[in-house]
Amino acid sequence: MRMEKKTKFVEQALILVNELLASGVFRLVVNAPEISARCVPGQFVMVRQPWWTDPFLRRPLSIAGADAKQGTLTLIYRVVGHGTELLESARVGDKLDILGPLGKGFDLSGERLLLIGGGMGLAPLLFAAGRCCPKPVEVLAGGRTGDELFWAGLFGVVCDKVHITTDDGSLGICGTCVDAMPELLRTGAYDGVLTCGPRPMMKRVAEVAGAAGIRTQVSLEEHMACGMGVCLSCTCGASDGGTRQICKDGPVFPAEEVDWT
Amino acid sequence: MSASLATNLAGIHMKTPLMAASGTFGFGEEFTDFVDLNEVGAIVVKGITREPRRGNAGRRIAETPSGMLNCIGLQNPGVDVFLRDILPRIKSFQAPIIVNINGNLIEDYAFLAEILDDSDVAGLEVNISCPNTKHGSMAFGVDPETAAEVTAEVRKRTKLPVIVKLSPNVTDITEIAKAVEAAGADAVSLINTLVGMAIDIRSWRPVLGNVVGGLSGPAVKPVALRMVWQTAQAVKIPVVGMGGISNASDAVEFLLAGAQAVAIGAANFVNPYSMQEIARGLEKYLEARGLNQVNQLVGQIKVER
Repeated sequence: MRMEKKTKFVEQALILVNELLASGVFRLVVNAPEISARCVPGQFVMVRQPWWTDPFLRRPLSIAGADAKQGTLTLIYRVVGHGTELLESARVGDKLDILGPLGKGFDLSGERLLLIGGGMGLAPLLFAAGRCCPKPVEVLAGGRTGDELFWAGLFGVVCDKVHITTDDGSLGICGTCVDAMPELLRTGAYDGVLTCGPRPMMKRVAEVAGAAGIRTQVSLEEHMACGMGVCLSCTCGASDGGTRQICKDGPVFPAEEVDWT
Repeated sequence: MSASLATNLAGIHMKTPLMAASGTFGFGEEFTDFVDLNEVGAIVVKGITREPRRGNAGRRIAETPSGMLNCIGLQNPGVDVFLRDILPRIKSFQAPIIVNINGNLIEDYAFLAEILDDSDVAGLEVNISCPNTKHGSMAFGVDPETAAEVTAEVRKRTKLPVIVKLSPNVTDITEIAKAVEAAGADAVSLINTLVGMAIDIRSWRPVLGNVVGGLSGPAVKPVALRMVWQTAQAVKIPVVGMGGISNASDAVEFLLAGAQAVAIGAANFVNPYSMQEIARGLEKYLEARGLNQVNQLVGQIKVER
């Protein structure tokens, strides 16, 4: 039998914080010493409340922060359905059953990274920004309206520059992240882009950054049951003609490895 | 003294009556952080075909009340890669490896039976009940004649124990079970998933890319238990029971209903410790009842009527 080091853990994690950040978006901090000590930005966890068979499946949530010393893990989630509605009603002192850390994270090498995120895709980028320190890092955060961009405050603590776009122009630059890219890339001297958000946004980000010769990593998302590479729900096509499991081979991929069609 | 979980399924020696159900445990390796693969009763690996398959396009799972629908579509690396790359890695574990075989044509099953006969696997599970492929599989499993034909072709080409996996999507599962028994099956396993669907009421579209998919999880357990009970009375060969087993109590129910062994499926997705926890729970149950052999439970349901 091979003696491999244990990489994945199930922890009954005590909820320390479960607070409203903005309409429908919550910040959850739990005590999960094994996972928080090992996880890297871009990895995710699968969460469930242990006493229910309904919802049956765990919910994948990206990791928004981890403090190995404190043994805490931060997750930021949006209430979108049954599972996250129940998560919202969980109280400080309750326990969550957390499986992780799962998947492959971002490669944070590079001297000046630009993180480009839309919506909840900003959560794993927040963790990445924190871990880039003391290297300079900038974020380009896109939202529909200014109300969604509570993220600016969260990123302000860990980034040198926070660039904001909103579809309605109520905050920052009017337009999308992609609209704001050419100007930033012209002046920023970035040597890497990390992106997470809606798939069409990431496709365009990869095209624009790729055209500028900047190495880009994308974080993909799909419905999944296990998070460990066995249910085969989260299969995606790769540019080499093969397939990849988003949960195990990703969720972070070099942009050129993704079949965007 | 602790109770013995050891059992024998059609010549396959197993340390416990708990098998990992095909498609829910990968090739076993993914679970080594949680489960000692030397202690698992048997591992039924992800369904294998002659050629590699990419599986179905579009969304592949949907959660439903206490269960899930899937339409993976037999994504697998093909038998050559299995034999060359995967089997050499997993055969060192003590758990017997059972290969779930699938095909579009009867000759695909025959080919796979023949090529696997020479390998280090412990048995074959003949899948004539996958609901998610356009051709073959479930089409064979819903008719007693074709079910028997596939079984007989496989039987001719292998000395390995042949377990035929039955579809619950039939009027009378015992008819199919009897047909495959007569054709030479060493055991039957049931149930595969129940065909179901889910609709997105915002878009008015089916949730699954394949429109319909197979239902599994605790939601199907009472149906599976009933079918195992009926089948165990109808055939003389051993029955492997499965469908929504999530804890030791569920496993005990299937054993009492007449299952010689049971398989753990979707529960592995939710709790990766399932195989191990259910084994410990089963031991505790036997000890609490003053029993020393798990086989003392098999078929012992008391029906008074």
